[in-house]
Amino acid sequence: METLYAPPKTLHRVATHYCPGCGHGIVQRLIAEIIDEWDIRGKTIGIAPVGCAVLAYNYLDIDMSEAAHGRPPAVATGIKRVHPDNIVFAYQGDGDLAAIGLAETIHTAARGENITVIFVNNAVYGMTNGQMAPTTLLDQKTTTCPEGRSADEHGSPLRICELLATIDRCSYLTRVSVTNPRNVQKTKAAIKKGFRTQMGKKGFSLIEVLSPCPVYWRMSPIDSMRFIDDEMSRTYPLGTFKDWEKEGS
Amino acid sequence: MKSSLHNKQLMTGNEAAAEAAIQAGCRFYYGYPITPQNEIINHMAMRMPQVGGTFIQAESEIAAINMLHGSAAAGARVMTSSSGPGISLKQEGISYLAGSELPCVIVNVQRGGPGLGDISPSQADYFQAVKGGGHGDYRMIVLAPSSVQEIADLVYDAFDLADKYRNPVMILGDAQLGQMMEPVEFYKPAKTYLPPKKWALTGADGRPKNVIKSFYPVKGELEKFNRRLQKKYRKIEETEVRYEEINTKDADLVLVAYGTCARISREVMNKASKIGYRIGLLRPITLWPFPKDALRRLSQRVRTFMVVEMSAGQMVEDVKLSILGRCPVHFYGRMGGGVPSTNEIINNILEVLPKINAADSVEMIEI
Ligand SMILES: Cc1ncc(C[n+]2csc(CCOP(=O)(O)OP(=O)(O)O)c2C)c(N)n1
Repeated sequence: METLYAPPKTLHRVATHYCPGCGHGIVQRLIAEIIDEWDIRGKTIGIAPVGCAVLAYNYLDIDMSEAAHGRPPAVATGIKRVHPDNIVFAYQGDGDLAAIGLAETIHTAARGENITVIFVNNAVYGMTNGQMAPTTLLDQKTTTCPEGRSADEHGSPLRICELLATIDRCSYLTRVSVTNPRNVQKTKAAIKKGFRTQMGKKGFSLIEVLSPCPVYWRMSPIDSMRFIDDEMSRTYPLGTFKDWEKEGS
Repeated sequence: MKSSLHNKQLMTGNEAAAEAAIQAGCRFYYGYPITPQNEIINHMAMRMPQVGGTFIQAESEIAAINMLHGSAAAGARVMTSSSGPGISLKQEGISYLAGSELPCVIVNVQRGGPGLGDISPSQADYFQAVKGGGHGDYRMIVLAPSSVQEIADLVYDAFDLADKYRNPVMILGDAQLGQMMEPVEFYKPAKTYLPPKKWALTGADGRPKNVIKSFYPVKGELEKFNRRLQKKYRKIEETEVRYEEINTKDADLVLVAYGTCARISREVMNKASKIGYRIGLLRPITLWPFPKDALRRLSQRVRTFMVVEMSAGQMVEDVKLSILGRCPVHFYGRMGGGVPSTNEIINNILEVLPKINAADSVEMIEI
């Protein structure tokens, strides 16, 4: 029988610690698929964040470094400057990237570092049991905004792609999701494009992935996917915000 | 024989630290401006492009120390420098570097604290440096130069020690050492055997993957890792202690001081001996590992110690721990940018010594 679809070699055959319905596993599998398809295991280096994805290095069979909470872009910068011809990506959650590590995010983008940031936006702090994140939606309930996020009390949600789009040295910025096979394939294409951006030394790329956290959203996995399509993507519209190929650079 | 690369040049301690790093093969430097170490970052900005290296003015000391993490993980020699508030910001990163066993060099040109303090010389970051300012049971090798030449020499050694033990190394200087100019010569670094960095991240080309991490969530693993770290630290304590001992043979009082205070103490020793006092000096060069055994040995024949620091008294605790109450340990310190003068120290010695030489009656003197 012909094999049409098999787990990527770059993904270790182990059970992950992710909760049922979590998006992290999907995104990490996509990274592994790309590494297999392009045969780039030997030149790819990843940085795992502090957050639910901290153990990504147990799942991906590539060279990886941990980074302190919020600092993956700085660690990626340090690695990339030593190995400019490797593919270096930082994998981050929204607390990591948009709260504690926002300065690193913005300045790594401003320097136009040839790295790719894969930003998994699940609108909560998963690892620490579901507190409010900078990307938590208005009215969304979390353990630290139990009555729902209010703009007056907690401030408004941060739109990272839109924020970074003002930075000249940002080369590729896109927001995708993993709510259905089509969107998953779009996410894969976006990560590929991020990698191509740095392989062509075109500068900084960031792929924001709207991703479900059923446990801390207190929803079923299916309702979580619907929530992304119906609610979350209204605050965070899918689309590409910067594209060096379209800007003729 | 060490061979000289250049003739002697007149340089500030800060410039010497930066240039020595380049001579030692450091090609990656990340920093953030702060006085009194700006000559380091400025020198690196000028020199790194000349030698094909990387210089980044980071957005913060936090970013800088994490860029260090990346370059160290990638197998390169890498350095950062800062002072007081900036070194405080680096502490989480230093803990991660120690926990991930990454070699790197961090220069602290100490200024007065706490808080914003001031920009004048201080030694009040001793605890932070030698006891571990970040979280967890880790140690940093801490080297304390006391001249511009020694800054250069110790920076070379710092890179070798970092690579040898896969551990962060700190050069603990101060505003005075950093800002003053002295002749300095850069030697061609002696070839020392250092283990190849097989653990470094390069892309897992034809080999099993490498992972750099400090996270051990499986029960028992973290303690096992900590035990291994402690074993490494014991080995460093056995092997790497350095100090200088002068005139301690028949001394009545031995001064214990490092860095700028050691320079002043040496002067005190010379002046005091001219007026008939037998004063010795023990100058720790490694603050961690601390020269405990040397002090313990001395305590068997010396009548008293005086520790001189530009702090409220930090190293004095390690001196006391070393000699375990065998003889009195006096302390003289200045804080908040105060640099002790030789006269201040001598007058303090005279206050202490009469109590020992009860027969002598000594007046306070102005020299
Ligand atoms: C300096 C520091 N502060 C706080 C924490 C605790 N902490 C661990 S993960 C996390 C939030 C992670 O949330 P996010 O980045 O959104 O990722 P997720 O877990 O949702 O994937 C926090 C606050 C930490 N490890 N270090």
